[in-house]
Formats: sequence, structure tokens, C-alpha cells
Amino acid sequence: MSRKPKPVTMQARRARTGYLFILPFIIGFVLFMLKPMIQSLTMSFNRVQLIPGQGFSQTWVGIDNYRHAFLVDPNFNQDLTGEISRMAINTIATLVLSFVIAVILNQDFRGRTLARAIFFLPVILSSGILPGIEKQNEFYDMMAGVAASVGDASGVNISASLQNLLSTSGVASGLFDVIFQMIDAIYDIVMASGIQIIVFLTGLQAISPSLYEAADVEGCTAWESFWKITFPMVSPLLLVNCIYTIVDFFMKNDNKVMELISEVMYQDFNFGVASAMSWVYFGVALVFILISSFIISRAVKSAQ
Amino acid sequence: MSKNNTVFIGENKKFWDRNRRSGGYLLKKRSAQIAISIIRGLLLFGLCFMIIQPILTRFSIGFMQEQDLYDSTVVLLPRHVTLENYKIVADLTDLPRSMLNTLWVALVISVCQIVSTTLVAYGFARYEFPLKKFWFGCVIALIIIPPQTIQSALYMNFANFDILRIFTLFGVNAEGLTFGQRLMSVVDGTGTGLITLLTGKALNLRANITAYVIMGLTCMGLKNGLYIYMMRQYFKGIPTSLEEAAYVDGCGTLHTFVRIMLPDALPTIASCFLFSFVWQWTDIFYTRLFLPATSISIYSNQMSTMVSRMARYFSADATNAVVVPNGRQQQLISIAVLICSIPLVILYIFTQRTFTESLAMSGSKE
Repeated sequence: MSRKPKPVTMQARRARTGYLFILPFIIGFVLFMLKPMIQSLTMSFNRVQLIPGQGFSQTWVGIDNYRHAFLVDPNFNQDLTGEISRMAINTIATLVLSFVIAVILNQDFRGRTLARAIFFLPVILSSGILPGIEKQNEFYDMMAGVAASVGDASGVNISASLQNLLSTSGVASGLFDVIFQMIDAIYDIVMASGIQIIVFLTGLQAISPSLYEAADVEGCTAWESFWKITFPMVSPLLLVNCIYTIVDFFMKNDNKVMELISEVMYQDFNFGVASAMSWVYFGVALVFILISSFIISRAVKSAQ
Repeated sequence: MSKNNTVFIGENKKFWDRNRRSGGYLLKKRSAQIAISIIRGLLLFGLCFMIIQPILTRFSIGFMQEQDLYDSTVVLLPRHVTLENYKIVADLTDLPRSMLNTLWVALVISVCQIVSTTLVAYGFARYEFPLKKFWFGCVIALIIIPPQTIQSALYMNFANFDILRIFTLFGVNAEGLTFGQRLMSVVDGTGTGLITLLTGKALNLRANITAYVIMGLTCMGLKNGLYIYMMRQYFKGIPTSLEEAAYVDGCGTLHTFVRIMLPDALPTIASCFLFSFVWQWTDIFYTRLFLPATSISIYSNQMSTMVSRMARYFSADATNAVVVPNGRQQQLISIAVLICSIPLVILYIFTQRTFTESLAMSGSKE
């Protein structure tokens, strides 16, 4: 009773192989992402009460949790808008800075290996447990005392006095405020741009040097070949980095909204409201990512 | 000396000569180069200093005796140098053991993550299959959904691990439940599953590395969506002609993947592995979730709880409890941070060279 195997087209076979390759992801996503997400979404529409020793019980309350987050909680709206504007500025600054640094680090100069190693340090120093654990400023203020006004804070002082000068002479505008905000946040921005630098750098290193040689032979200046070769070749990574920066910013431990959510969760044990807040927060992040990826992909297409 | 001088003048003459002949172009170009390298140097120096300065401060504070911390005339260099602090931190964080544990856990987990994400990324880059766009959307979702949103649900899942939680729907352990509640138990994951049905109770996968490995192998570890995205991007950039040639020569799918694609993608895989290792090394979120301090001593866990153990540690020889001042606490934490980051920096300095070299090799092959 031999059955003839059904003829399988090449396309179907490749589709099957493709599914085999991504199978681990599908299993993981359904079990450890989709399911917990559904659970947390249902929590956001329920009042969740912990029963010691038995887990928790849920009672359906509709959109009450969301209403509580927006209308009752005194801090949520303010923290949310504050963090969003900070994020918009920081994301742009991070992208520009990391791209410039990556281009510089890709050039040939003495001590390049050392400089690369140093710019990798933020990846280590701003990951996982490390950024939150030290209350650095308090400590160094207390430590250095007199020195603080001379050494550490001098940068801030200069920018503050310059800002003062400009605003009294009537030059300052909204744009200046934004720029000074960036300058004051430069340490945070550098610390947040470790991965982005490396991603850009790998992209830059993948560009074949023969392209530049050809451009040089044709009489291209360095400026032109930057915009005609470097930028279009690396620009797809701009999107990755932009998304990464936004997500990273949204998930940082020192983020006020994150603090608020974990406060609501672990101090008030209000799991329903906490889930509602994180869903609102996630929704805002999503909108931001969609808008910026739309803009960037349009820009990238026109650059290529 | 005079010979050198003449050579220099000779070159100089040649330079001005050449400059005149080029109509001032050479001078302009040379001075632009010098200006660029000066600006570059300043910018790099400033930024590097900003990154390094806190580390150096930590380093020097680490050698201070406690009295130096409160002495306002001591700013950067310690007056009373001591190595005692390092010993204290080593005791507080259970040092050789916790570091070795961290090493093998981070290694195992990041290997699991990189193997699975490489396979998935290759599948997305090279194969056409139904619903591909949908699944890739899920990868993007994985990147942008903060794991904190699903933290409590994950905890529940692994503390009572079970698969196929559908049996409540069919009436197992479902006395007195309405059909709607039974249906709900499937959706929110509280139903009875296959393992409970067979063995009588669900598994507790916390407290050993299993849960972590499962998450790693199914691409659900820390930032794994990002690795998939990066490697897919790279695989897409490799020309298909190489693979086609291999297929024509009778190479199988897996063989082609291992022999043709992997060597080409090695730099990207190496950098993903590096990220994965570093994040695993310092991670506290998943470590706290899956490997509680009671089960295995992990450095990041030890670090996060070291402050609470300080009082007991310092009061070990005296009878009454000691209040450890804030400055002293911060000093010891600074040392712990330093100890945590040193192995990673050393690792990076070595791997950085390897993966730039492998990049250069892949460039020369074409």
C-alpha cells in the first residue's frame, strides 16, 4: 500500500523551511509575549485584588482604571507630557551625535582603538543595574563640596551664564532654550548613545572603500562623497537607531512615568491602574515610533 | 642636524613650489585637513573625558579610607590609601563565586539567544512564506513592548509553568465554573494544563536556569527583537548569488546556511553576541525574575542587595548594629560598579579587534 508523495512545489517547500527557521520565535512570541500581554490587558480593565497565597482575583470595571490614571492621579498627565517632550529632544540629539561620532571614529587617526573602546563604555555603564544604583550627584556634591563649584559644574555654569546673556540681550527664543537643554543634557545623551554609535559604525565599515576611490577619481570632494555615498548607505540604520533610542528612553529606570507606574504597582498594589498606565504609555510610545519611522523612511527614500 | 634641516627646508620649498603651481589649492587642502584633525581631536578629547572622568573618580575614591570621604580638602586623590574597601566589597558581593556564576550564566544565555535569533533572522531575510509581514510585525512589537508591562504575568507563568492550558475548558478541575469562566481561564492562562494533568501539579521553573534558557531559545530574552532586526538587515545585504551557487552545487539548506552565510555574517553576529553578553552580565530585571538570590549567587543580584547587608557586615565584630553612613555606602557601591564593568571592558577591547579584522576579511573576499 504505497502512497505516492504529493508533489511539492519549490515555493511551498521554501515556505516550509522558512517557517522552520522562524519557529522558535513564533513559539516564544505566542507563549511568553502574547499571552502575558493579554493577561496584562485584561488586568487594565479589571480591579485586581491580591489574595495572599492564592494569586489574585479580578472584577470587571470597564475603563475606570484609565479614567483614574488621567483624571484622578495628580502626576500622571504632567509626567507623561514632560517625558514626551524630553524624549523628542533627546532622540534627535542622540541620533545626530551618534552619527557624527561614528563618522569620526571610522576615520583613520592615531589612538582610534582607544577612542572606540572609550565610546563603548556607555553601553556598559548605562545598562541593567548600573545607572540606577548610584545616586551619583548627591554623592559627588557631598564628596567634593568646594570642588563642585569649580570643577564638575563648570560646564553647566557656562551654559547657564551664556543663556542668561543671550536672553537679557533679547536674542533667546524657543530654539535657544531647546539647544541649551541639549547642552545641559549632554552627559545623558552621550551615555544613551553607545549602541547607536556601534550600529552606525558597523554600517560605515560595511561600505566598500572602492566606492570612495571611484568617487575620488571622478573628482568628488569629501563633502559630496559624504552625502552621496556615506549617508545613503548608512541611512537605513537611522530608522533602527531612532526606534531603538525611543524605546530605550521609554524603558529607562530613571524615567518618571516608569517610576510612577512601579510606585502604583508595588506601593499601592493597584495592579489594574498600573497596567492601564503602562498601556497608555505604551500607546504613546507606539504613536511616536510610527510617526518617526514614517518620516525617516520617507527621508531615506528621497536620499537614495 | 644640519642635514635634517636642509631636508626639511627642501621639502618646504617643494611644498610652496607645488602650492604655487596648483594655484593655492594645496595650501587650502592641507590647512583644511589640519583644521579638521584639530577639531576632531578636541571633540573626541572632550567627550572621552566626560565619559572617563566619573570612572576615574570612582577609582580614586575606592582607595580612600573612610575619613577621607568627609575631609573637604581631599578632592580627587586619596590621602590615606587603603585596599581594605575592595576586600569589603568582595565579601559583601560574595565575589569569586558570584562572578563565576554570572560568567557561565551570561555565556549560556547569550549563546542560546544568538543561536535562535540568527536562525530566525535568516528565515526572515531569505524565505518567502505566508503571513511573513505579520510575523515580522511581531518582531517589531517585541522590540517596542517594554518587558515591564508583562512582568507579573511572566512571573506567574514560570512559577507555575505549564503548557496547553485548555483542559479546564473540557471540565478538568472546573467544578462550579460557568462556560464563560472556563473560556476565560484559557485566555488569561489560569486553566489546567498538560503537565498538571499528567503529574498532578505545575512545574516551578524559577530558581534554576531552565526558564532563562527557554526564554533565550525562543528569542524572548533581553532585547532579542533588536538582534533579529539587525541580523536580518545584514543577511538581506548579502548577495543571493553565493547561496544560489551553493544550491546548484548540491549544498543543502542547513549546510548552505552554516558554510556560506554564517562566516559572512560573523561580524554582525559577534557584535550581537557582545551586546547580549554585556546586557546579560549587568541585567537585573530578568535575573531577579528567574534567578532569585536564594537559588544562585549572581553578581548583579548581590550588588542590588549589598546595601541592606552592609549594616550586618560592619556590626559583625561589634555587638550592636551599625548605621552605615550614606557616603560610605556610595563609596562601596562605586567599587562594586567598577568591579562589574572591568571584565566587560577587557572583553570589548579584545573582541573589538577580532570583529574589525573579520570585517576587513569579508571586504577583501569580494
